[in-house]
Amino acid sequence: MFEIAPHARTVVLAVLGLLCVASLSRLWLAQRNPTRDYQELKLRIRSWWWMIGLLFVVLMLNRQAGIVFFAFLSYLALKEFFSIVPTRLTDRRVLFWAYLAIPLQYFWIWHDWYGMFNVFVPVYVFLFLPVRMLLLGDNNGFIRSAGVIHWMVMLAVYCISHLAALLTLPVINDAAGYLGPVLFVIFLTQFNDVCQYIWGKQVGRRKIIPLVSPNKTWGGFIGGCVTVTLCSGLIGPYLTGLSWQLSLVVGAMIAVAGFFGDVVISSVKRDLGIKDTGQLIPGHGGILDRLDSIIYTAPIFFHFYRYFAY
Amino acid sequence: MKRWLKILSFMLVVRPLIIIVIGLNVYQRERLPTQGPHVIIANHNSHLDTLVLMSLFPWSQLHRVRPVAAADYFLSNRWLAWFSTNVLDIIPVHRDGSAERKDLLADCQTALKAGDILILFPEGSRGKPEAMQPMKKGVYHMLKETPAIGVTPVLLRGLGRALPKGEALLVPRNCDVAVGDSIYADQTVENFMRAVDEAFVDLKAQCQGSAWLDEGL
Repeated sequence: MFEIAPHARTVVLAVLGLLCVASLSRLWLAQRNPTRDYQELKLRIRSWWWMIGLLFVVLMLNRQAGIVFFAFLSYLALKEFFSIVPTRLTDRRVLFWAYLAIPLQYFWIWHDWYGMFNVFVPVYVFLFLPVRMLLLGDNNGFIRSAGVIHWMVMLAVYCISHLAALLTLPVINDAAGYLGPVLFVIFLTQFNDVCQYIWGKQVGRRKIIPLVSPNKTWGGFIGGCVTVTLCSGLIGPYLTGLSWQLSLVVGAMIAVAGFFGDVVISSVKRDLGIKDTGQLIPGHGGILDRLDSIIYTAPIFFHFYRYFAY
Repeated sequence: MKRWLKILSFMLVVRPLIIIVIGLNVYQRERLPTQGPHVIIANHNSHLDTLVLMSLFPWSQLHRVRPVAAADYFLSNRWLAWFSTNVLDIIPVHRDGSAERKDLLADCQTALKAGDILILFPEGSRGKPEAMQPMKKGVYHMLKETPAIGVTPVLLRGLGRALPKGEALLVPRNCDVAVGDSIYADQTVENFMRAVDEAFVDLKAQCQGSAWLDEGL
């Protein structure tokens, strides 16, 4: 228990250090401007402590604990989707079966059954759900429901399960251990969110997609991509089995994919007329508000890594 | 003893179930009463309603919170009756007319005198998932002698999808809980009922994420 590879340990300590800096900065800000309200920031940082603390403790236990943890994350994400996206009352039974895809998908990962892990949701769940639906005998809205339910299972279960699959890959970089690649993609994706936000605030003027997400600017996007790509080139060889050249490439891919993941969930929220997908994480919103970019970066990093590093 | 049984079952079973399987989005939680006597009225779509409403209260208040529930259902068999009296601590209502209407009110009024927080579903039965039925006036008659006791309207959305009437299969989903401002019975019955109806319309507008639930009916 808690045998952690040296590079992964350094990154964990660095992230915890960053959190300390964030907490201290907030205290300092609150002290300097006593009139301003920092409640939202406080909640946000406190939630970061919880999320990161939980992630680290679980991942450091062992691979199996990590797989169960990501399965639970998939469950929370799918539950949130099913709560905000319209389905028919008769679809209740279909939704129940869709939930059952979670234990199965993570079972393939647990047992290293790579082929099944890859095709289970896109092929078998895809074929099965409409069959369960037609047995209900309700033709009204059949097409819409079939599409919506499968799309949600793909995003919440299939895409997120790639994080768990990363845990099961054979270790190339012994100094980073099995934790290295997972920490790499999660850290870089979150870092990308932050970079695009900060660059956007500083130099962002021209909007990319004003109708979907008015805060997304070319300045933020390009600034974020460059920063994340460079950072990836630095920490890629440290945490994964990739060379620095390949790390640069995957860094750029993570930056672009993370951006689109964020905007896709934004589009979903715009379509539904809601601001947050839930209230699970105080100061952040729902779990999908936090996982939006990971949904896109996890599979893309996984396949790149598996193809080029092995 | 009963108080600890109630707290323990909520701590070990009900709360974890609600956090993991249901997941609540609570709007204006601060409007919930911090002490009794008080009355909570809510729309009724699911057996989960009572458990969700009770779980909103802090442990120190839990023993004060008592749902008013139909005796013909909740006392119908031995196990359910044990759960209803010892864990939920219900105030039973006999819907079949076997008891005088006065007695029914009397039980509730006694509980209020003791400082309890009552949970009432003025729609009567659970009805169709997510559809509201007209509210009944019983709450007003219960409180017109003691108009200082506040009535807090709480709108529940989505629980009728998680576990609708007549279904045994619980399908996980997040649910919305919107808490309104207190209403008092110091006015005419018509005004009181209008205030209640308007409060629920306002609360409905807050649960934007659940707006689509109305389409499916």
